[in-house]
Amino acid sequence: MKISPWREPWLWAVTVFSLLLAVPVLLIFTSVFIPQKDLWQHLFATVLNDYVYHSLLIAFSVGGLTLLLGTSLAWLVARYEFAGRGTLQWLILLPMAMPAYILAYTYTGMLDVAGPLQTHLRATFNWTYHDYWFPDVRSVGGAILMLSLVLYPYVYMLARTAFSEQSASFYEASRSMGVSGFGYFRKVAFPLARPAILTGTALAMMEAFADYGTVQYFGISTFTTGIFRTWNGLGNAIGAAQLAAVLTSFVLVLLLIEKNSRRRLRYFHQGQKQNSAKRLTLTPGAAVWAVIACLLPVSLGFIIPCAQLLIWAAERAATQIDKSFIDLIWNSFYLAASAALIAVGLALLFAYAKRLRSHWLLNSQVQIASLGYAIPGTVIAIGAMLMLSAADDALNALSESLFDISVGLIFSGTLVALLLAYSVRFLAVALHNVEAGLQRIKPSMDDAARSMGLSSFAVLKTVHIPLLRASVLSALLLVFVDVLKELPATLILRPFNFNTLAVRTFELASEERLQDAAVPAIAIVLVGILPVILLTRALESGQNR
Amino acid sequence: MKRFLKLVGLVSCVSVSAFATAQEVNVYSARKEALIKPLLDKFSSDTGISVNLVTGKADALITRLKSEGKYSPADILITTDVGRLYRAKEQGLTQAIETDAFKGLIAQNYIDPDSNWVGFTLRARPFMVAPERVDVSQLSRMEDLADEQWRGRICIRSSSNIYNQSMVAAMIAQLGEEKTQAWLNDFVKNFARTPKGGDRDQIKAVVAGQCDIAIANTYYLAGMASDGDDATRETASKVKVVWPNQQDRGAHVNISGAAITKHAPNAAAAQKLVSFMLQEESQEWYAKTNHEYPLRADVEQSEVLTTFGDFKAEDVDLAKVGELNRQAVILMDKAGWK
Repeated sequence: MKISPWREPWLWAVTVFSLLLAVPVLLIFTSVFIPQKDLWQHLFATVLNDYVYHSLLIAFSVGGLTLLLGTSLAWLVARYEFAGRGTLQWLILLPMAMPAYILAYTYTGMLDVAGPLQTHLRATFNWTYHDYWFPDVRSVGGAILMLSLVLYPYVYMLARTAFSEQSASFYEASRSMGVSGFGYFRKVAFPLARPAILTGTALAMMEAFADYGTVQYFGISTFTTGIFRTWNGLGNAIGAAQLAAVLTSFVLVLLLIEKNSRRRLRYFHQGQKQNSAKRLTLTPGAAVWAVIACLLPVSLGFIIPCAQLLIWAAERAATQIDKSFIDLIWNSFYLAASAALIAVGLALLFAYAKRLRSHWLLNSQVQIASLGYAIPGTVIAIGAMLMLSAADDALNALSESLFDISVGLIFSGTLVALLLAYSVRFLAVALHNVEAGLQRIKPSMDDAARSMGLSSFAVLKTVHIPLLRASVLSALLLVFVDVLKELPATLILRPFNFNTLAVRTFELASEERLQDAAVPAIAIVLVGILPVILLTRALESGQNR
Repeated sequence: MKRFLKLVGLVSCVSVSAFATAQEVNVYSARKEALIKPLLDKFSSDTGISVNLVTGKADALITRLKSEGKYSPADILITTDVGRLYRAKEQGLTQAIETDAFKGLIAQNYIDPDSNWVGFTLRARPFMVAPERVDVSQLSRMEDLADEQWRGRICIRSSSNIYNQSMVAAMIAQLGEEKTQAWLNDFVKNFARTPKGGDRDQIKAVVAGQCDIAIANTYYLAGMASDGDDATRETASKVKVVWPNQQDRGAHVNISGAAITKHAPNAAAAQKLVSFMLQEESQEWYAKTNHEYPLRADVEQSEVLTTFGDFKAEDVDLAKVGELNRQAVILMDKAGWK
């Protein structure tokens, strides 16, 4: 029996929530219809070229580098057995807790012309600046490196799960046909894991497109810095929104490509758990190289910068840590935790709706609602602000006419605004994970369970929840870490007397007080590590099941 | 639904009780928390008026103010640059401040002609040079920086930075657009590197030998000169401040300041806060803690600033500087200043 889609509760629920999430983005897009001829002529003649070139260069290089790093590390860890593998496989994830802009501050502090290393070199060899060559951290190459170092875990995580789930039978079959070693990786393992790997790469590329902190600090003209320049410098908010719309359309293309490639995912997962291929033991010589390969990105993306931050923080901790600092940690923590719960709750709703009642309207709504990941936090913040202010206006007008009192800014002046902005921005992260998890559960399993007389709730409880646990957990923790690091939206929308670690770090660092900024920066990393460790544990126990 | 109504009830009670106490003032500040909070705390303890604070970038705060409209809780907008005060006024977000209390104490130029904003402190943007590599006699004016002898020797931060935008806007106001553009085109050719980093970074680059001349605000150098870290103090001691245009229009200056918002629910308290910021004590605090120049002539500048020497400041209409900000960015883009 076919029911009219408009009588579907799923469709209604998705419509309401996806509209709520889409309005801030759509508000920005409406700007496209207000012509700004002079502005575009000016941009075209002067800076637009740089914006396009740098944004694409950074996003695609970061994509390539994270793909390479994430996939090879995942392959190493999933396929081979060597001393220290157990520890290394979660150490590799740690850079995820490090915001790219903090990495940028730290490396600049260490390696810049005026930094200790170069100063020391000049003093030791009696050089002047022009006597020697030294790579410039604050360059496009530097930005690509910084972003890749903190974003490769996205690829690694998804790729590792995909590799370790690959059935042993593939390997055995390949071997019997004479395909082994790199040939097996190239012809069998990689193509099978490709959808997961591309999802991770797309997430990393979107982060790179939306990055503001790093490129701004390095003085690189990209779309995100251009948006600020157009908005602040030229005082043209509409033009800034139009630039944001162009950026978003870049990412839309990226998303479509990724979606297209992921469509094949359903052919690969067989639902029931099969025996994973046994890991091959490396020779001692090769094992040393494997350990070095795993340690290198972790050292560059986490251990070295953390050590530097700790050195700075040790000098300043006494002046920075007080009661208000504890508030800062608490604020950051509960904000990130609430945002993670909301985003994952919405992701579950959307993903289930798509699964149970696939309908083009519903599917495209979900697609639109997850666009936010590509959009710089600032732009989302402004969209959310416009939307919630309108809601507040309406509410106040109502309460004034009814009770003759104004209730104030219930939405736009409170944490509601921040939570909305985070949901818009990070829904995609949660959705990617939850959908990937749900896709692993074949609908035939539901049917089988139902045919055995289980209610749909019982199916959820006995079949879905255990199978989804790892995906939901990784979704929760990824959003948690992302919100913890989020800067621009937090800066714009936070209520009175409410501060977070990211904001404190930014304020001190932008005053060029890197040493003072190290204390809150360390705290972000520490609060962010906990979930990364939990995540690894959860993923491991999920595998051992 | 019942729950929701309860929530609304609760929230409105909270807001109503907030209105009932009334002894508070809400501040949107583009000054970072560390640079304003101690003074606001002092204000609270002096007057019993509690201060609620949000800090952020000036333009974001202005946008927020605008979108909140008449229900905005904000009473005061504090910014670090006159350009943004002008922009807030231009968008109709401010109201006139009662200036009787301090009109004679600070120069007329630091108060908006319609009293919609008022300055708190003054910041100056001179040259900071490596004395052993720069012949200071060749460098008495901003105009000199366009000279070919400085090719590849100047460090300055990005054109996205408001201090640079205001500096160029002030130049347009005084020299006209054409001359400023011509100057910019040559000036940009003299950069030692693509603009990056903050003001301190430019000073450090001079000391490291990457360039010979930096343009930076004095309080950055003063902050470095009084830092707890020995190496930082040593770096600061290696540059010399050169005041440009002393024979003609004066060195470029800008103000930090504040405006009272149009729909300020606590306008009276906001007025008190503005007056408080111009009290002798507050001006002294700024002078000592932030090393900015006090706007009141009767308050002394910090000792470190004194070592940079006296200077003649440009006498440009600050409201005009705000107005020309956009034009400045356009010219900088055209000159290829990244």
